[in-house]
Amino acid sequence: MKDRNHLSNVGLTNQVEVISNGLLDIPMVQLLQADGSLHGDATLPDMSEELAKKILHTMQYIRILDERMVAAQRQGRISFYLACTGEEASTIGSAAALEPQDMIMSQYREQGALAFRGFTTEQFMNQMFSNEKELNKGRQMPIHYGVKDLNFMTISSPLGTQIPQASGYAYGQKMAGVPAVTICYFGEGAASEGDFHAGMNMAAVLNCPVIFLCRNNGYAISTPSEEQFAGDGIASRGIGYGIKTIRVDGNDVMAVYAATAKARQIALTEHCPVLIEAMTYRLAAHSTSDDPTGYRSKDEEERWRAKDPVQRFAAWMQSKGWYNEEESKAHIEQTRQEVLSQLKQVEKVPVCHINEIINDVYDTPPWHLKEQLAELKAHIAKYPEAYPKTAGRL
Amino acid sequence: MAKMNMLQAVNSALITAMTENEKVMVFGEDVGHFGGVFRATSNLQEKFGKARCFNTPLTEQGIIGFANGLAAQGSTPVAEIQFADYIFPAFDQIVNETAKWRYRSGGQFSCGSLTIRTPYGGGISGGLYHSQSPEAFFAHVPGLKIVVPRNPYQAKGLLLAAIRDDNPVLFMEPKRLYRASVGDVPEHDYTLALGKAEVVQAGSDITLLAWGAQMEVIEKAAAMASQDGISCEIIDLCSILPWDRDTVAASVKKTGRLLINHEAPRTAGFASEIAASIQEACFLHLESPITRVCGLDTPYPLAHEKEYMPDHLKTYEAIKRCVHF
Repeated sequence: MKDRNHLSNVGLTNQVEVISNGLLDIPMVQLLQADGSLHGDATLPDMSEELAKKILHTMQYIRILDERMVAAQRQGRISFYLACTGEEASTIGSAAALEPQDMIMSQYREQGALAFRGFTTEQFMNQMFSNEKELNKGRQMPIHYGVKDLNFMTISSPLGTQIPQASGYAYGQKMAGVPAVTICYFGEGAASEGDFHAGMNMAAVLNCPVIFLCRNNGYAISTPSEEQFAGDGIASRGIGYGIKTIRVDGNDVMAVYAATAKARQIALTEHCPVLIEAMTYRLAAHSTSDDPTGYRSKDEEERWRAKDPVQRFAAWMQSKGWYNEEESKAHIEQTRQEVLSQLKQVEKVPVCHINEIINDVYDTPPWHLKEQLAELKAHIAKYPEAYPKTAGRL
Repeated sequence: MAKMNMLQAVNSALITAMTENEKVMVFGEDVGHFGGVFRATSNLQEKFGKARCFNTPLTEQGIIGFANGLAAQGSTPVAEIQFADYIFPAFDQIVNETAKWRYRSGGQFSCGSLTIRTPYGGGISGGLYHSQSPEAFFAHVPGLKIVVPRNPYQAKGLLLAAIRDDNPVLFMEPKRLYRASVGDVPEHDYTLALGKAEVVQAGSDITLLAWGAQMEVIEKAAAMASQDGISCEIIDLCSILPWDRDTVAASVKKTGRLLINHEAPRTAGFASEIAASIQEACFLHLESPITRVCGLDTPYPLAHEKEYMPDHLKTYEAIKRCVHF
């Protein structure tokens, strides 16, 4: 039997000392300032012109997609949308530092990471229109993406559930001996869920190669972060769990990229989790069902607009001579056209056949589901006009 | 063949599964070197190493969340929840995640390889929080399978089938049988079909249906009834979800009567679903109302455990009421 002493690391004192919040002073890593200039004598990570352009183009792409899809929702063409405006650097900068074999387990505002992986406009549209070409068969609300080929796990609405799941996924990767990690995204609000505690603690104890990336964007729908927690953000909790932790300027794509690259290297070589807290701001509404004027001021939003991650990165690229105004405008215009034309195309694609309603509940449909489908089809056949999406092909 | 109790049969199944497939991992609270509070996982860590059989922190939602991710990755997790009474912190992970993973992803991803083992049920002086039978909560969740063995032979065969089945399975072990139930168990690898009920005894006057530890209760009641000249057909449902309606319906069409016994509280217990389905399937064959003999609609009481339990005497009385209706 192993001899243990759980006091071995505990120092002694004869003073009744109270440890206060704020004792840990966790700074925020910033490499590029808001105007795109270098922060002090910061050393930038190695980044090729090609990668920098891909990052910028993805940021611009997502901004247009968000803008067009919010408009499409307002026109009643889709039921729901959720923009990531203001947070593009946190998701795209981190995705850029990963390898394609790394699993992404996201919350719901990480369309930037998905676009960086190569998800096409048509695939985005198929998902939002819940049509038969959608990889997840149109079963979930818009923005619940998932694509196996891109190692992007299908999103689920319940908050924080992906956190212990990411620990388990990463443990499996380690056991399989694959040179891959899992990245798990969530917001500072989701970090109040019990699953956050469960997942962080398990990852630390079981040495899982997972990167936890918290987008601290200041709000959980309308609840500001000071009503979410009293401690020093999310980063301070990582230390408590024994997890290596980095706090980073989430509007600085360079800092996010550098932090994630470092986190990936640590996770992979040391077989342990790393927590990144990306300090950012949700310039967009929480979703199309939300109206931020009810809980925050225009002035506050404007202060954050001045820290815009896309403009910041574009300004840095310009200083490198990698940014061409004409080229950028052309790219934006081309993207806008592509989004609009795909939107029109995809709207015409039908939903899945009614038989799909019972598939994938189990590996094969059991007797009771087959019975229920047969009853349903007979009913639809009797009242075809009441079920126009499926009555045409039973 | 070897004489084993139910714990040894579970242990034998886990050894068989872990030997055959290196992706099988067993974890939960105290399951590592200690072998679990009931010793169902004894010696697994010694045999297969700490990476494949390990303790987790004390967090049921974490255990199942972790297991979901591990299953989605392609491993074959066998997660233990120490008592079924403590499964509720993991309810969200099971109901919203495990069960819906394949459906929501259009079959791209799934938790099909996951098995959740948990001891359930009363009769061990466990009081409110070491006695519950929560199968009905989970029977309401499309995507799950729920399996309950009644003896060591079934425990090994059904557990191996559950581990290999490509759907998440909640494997509920009747803990009062862990050491009490002893029987012949093949030492070799074998599986029993999921979703199939078993007619344990043929009879002609009434069908008695139960699962898990309540099987010996209805068998005892049937023996008493046979003294009165009542012939009982006894069925072990074995799988709660999906359940074998056809076997039960065929029996009820023959006997004309059905009694369902379970330990869980009566209201919205799984007997309610069975009764509703069987009256649809067998309406014109029924000679008496379908009868339920269940736990009371109270929390599981310690001091009144005997009174709470749907025992053989309550079952015997209900059999007579049915037959003489």
